[in-house]
Amino acid sequence: MNYKLIFSIAKSLLLARWKQTLVAAIGVTFSITMFITLLSFMTGLNDLLDGLILNRTAHIRLYNDIKPNKNQPVNNVADYKNSYNFIHSLKSGNSRQEIYNSAAIIKNIQADERVLGLAPKITAPVFFNDGGIEITGVVNGIDVRAESNLFHFEEYVTTGNTIDLKNVSNSIILGKGLAEKLLAEIGDVVQLTTSKGERFPLKVVGYFQSGLLELDKVQSFASIGTAQKILGKPNDYVTDLQIKLKDIKMAPAVAKEYAAKFGADAEDIQTANSQFETGSFIRTLISYTVGITLLVVAGFGIYNILNMMIYEKMDSIAILKATGFSGKDVKRIFLLISLTIGFFGGLSGLLVGFGLSATIDQIPFNTAALPTISTYPINYNPVFYIIGSTFSLLTTYMAGWFPARKASKIDPVIIIRGK
Amino acid sequence: MSDRILEAKNINKYFHDPVTVKVLSDINFSVNKGEFVSVTGRSGCGKSTLLYILSTMDTDYEGELLIDGESMTNHKEAVLAKVRNEKIGFVFQFHYLLNEFSVLKNVMLPGLKLNKYSAKEVEQRALEKLDMLDIKKLANKKASQISGGEKQRVAIARALINDPHIIMGDEPTGNLDKKNSLLVFDIFKRLCDEFNQTLLIVTHDNSFAENTNRIIEMEDGKIIKQ
Repeated sequence: MNYKLIFSIAKSLLLARWKQTLVAAIGVTFSITMFITLLSFMTGLNDLLDGLILNRTAHIRLYNDIKPNKNQPVNNVADYKNSYNFIHSLKSGNSRQEIYNSAAIIKNIQADERVLGLAPKITAPVFFNDGGIEITGVVNGIDVRAESNLFHFEEYVTTGNTIDLKNVSNSIILGKGLAEKLLAEIGDVVQLTTSKGERFPLKVVGYFQSGLLELDKVQSFASIGTAQKILGKPNDYVTDLQIKLKDIKMAPAVAKEYAAKFGADAEDIQTANSQFETGSFIRTLISYTVGITLLVVAGFGIYNILNMMIYEKMDSIAILKATGFSGKDVKRIFLLISLTIGFFGGLSGLLVGFGLSATIDQIPFNTAALPTISTYPINYNPVFYIIGSTFSLLTTYMAGWFPARKASKIDPVIIIRGK
Repeated sequence: MSDRILEAKNINKYFHDPVTVKVLSDINFSVNKGEFVSVTGRSGCGKSTLLYILSTMDTDYEGELLIDGESMTNHKEAVLAKVRNEKIGFVFQFHYLLNEFSVLKNVMLPGLKLNKYSAKEVEQRALEKLDMLDIKKLANKKASQISGGEKQRVAIARALINDPHIIMGDEPTGNLDKKNSLLVFDIFKRLCDEFNQTLLIVTHDNSFAENTNRIIEMEDGKIIKQ
């Protein structure tokens, strides 16, 4: 097959109607541009919103839930072992909330190859006292360094120095909403009362702003040692182990394994936050639908222009066929015209799309809810570009196929006799 | 000269729309190598229809057609396209040049399609043909920029590019003035005499037909004299 010849004929036909060709190509360019920009922006936004929760959430959380003992004595009595025993007035046991033998568990988990890191945590419900008012809140005892490494803790501390939490004894970082309620400035001392009734003064070293207002009204952070002191517990007391895995998809399996191995409750991120995945999925689906619709519309534009070109070039097609070009050759010529429009239109669409995304990336976007963000988020995933270019070629091929088939079926006798 | 270039055996052709009409009945004739044959007859007698069957472009007929001793009946479209490319040169009433291309490229196209010679050689051959027809100076002009008589000569050059077994013409002078008609006829005559080229020309111009080697006269779909 003489492709060079087919190429040169296609090129001449294209250039003969360069204005129409340009309009068709601009159609493709526009749709690819929008496709790329829409997806980059939408995915950027998705990542941001997911990151709000997912970045700060452990992939697996190990803890001891308050619940009745599974092994009730009556079930162990030989006579009743095989019966179904009804037990009334069962109470949750006086089980400790701490994780038993935490030091050994931490060592064991840190040795696991699947684990990226681990941050111990103590959750202590407290009352903040402001004159006569008591405000309920939670003090989270954290390992500042591990928390920063794994869960980007310092990004959410908007005022003050994160590491002060570790270096200044009896210090606390308050949620922004909580601080406003308590009228607490940095350097002030706030009073809090534990559930056991003990009062405790702590020095404010910073404000914390998560982007979730409700969270900021109750949460506060202290070092793990301070939290142990508040609760009056020894220094191996830990209520939660937050584990981050190398592969988030393994979380459910690993959670199950750890629950059995360490005799604690384990919750994985997929179970805890399934609604986020659904939301992201729907948003991405909408973006793809809109993008592909744009491409199909551009495809119709190409279809129209090629059809017109074929009516105009009837004579040329007839003479090509009379002088020995087969229907297949004619079809190839028109398919090539269509694909050329798709290729160049798509290529410039990718470039313009990248430019537009980069421009959006520079537009300031400041909101109190998102302290870490200063411009609109954009995701530069190369997959969008691959999908965009594939689809531009695919739709233009489809758009070219029908007119090309029509051209290949033109009967030269009818055209030549018709004159 | 008994080489049979073209042979038609019992060719019948019907038009089916709107009612079935027999337009060609029992056409039998052959063309030998080097002959200059003209087909004449009144308008509507079926002479153009016959030519399109002979040219392999129209495949809806009964009977058998042989070109260069090979049957052309019941072949696929792509095979027939190849035959047209290689063995038949066409000259129509209208020139049918491709306006997007230069004169030279127009002449070269069937040669490039044949792909027997390199592009350089095809160009060389095209220039020779143009030179032979005295229009070499037009080679680099656009096909849309030359006169009607010149266009028809370019079309003849295009028909010659692959050294076809036979040149078929459908009223090649029908759209030309007296002077250009004579010029085109002289070219055909010269091709026949000097290069032993076989020609089959459909025409209703009697002065054109009278000067050819052989006249096939048709009436109402039949050959009445050959």
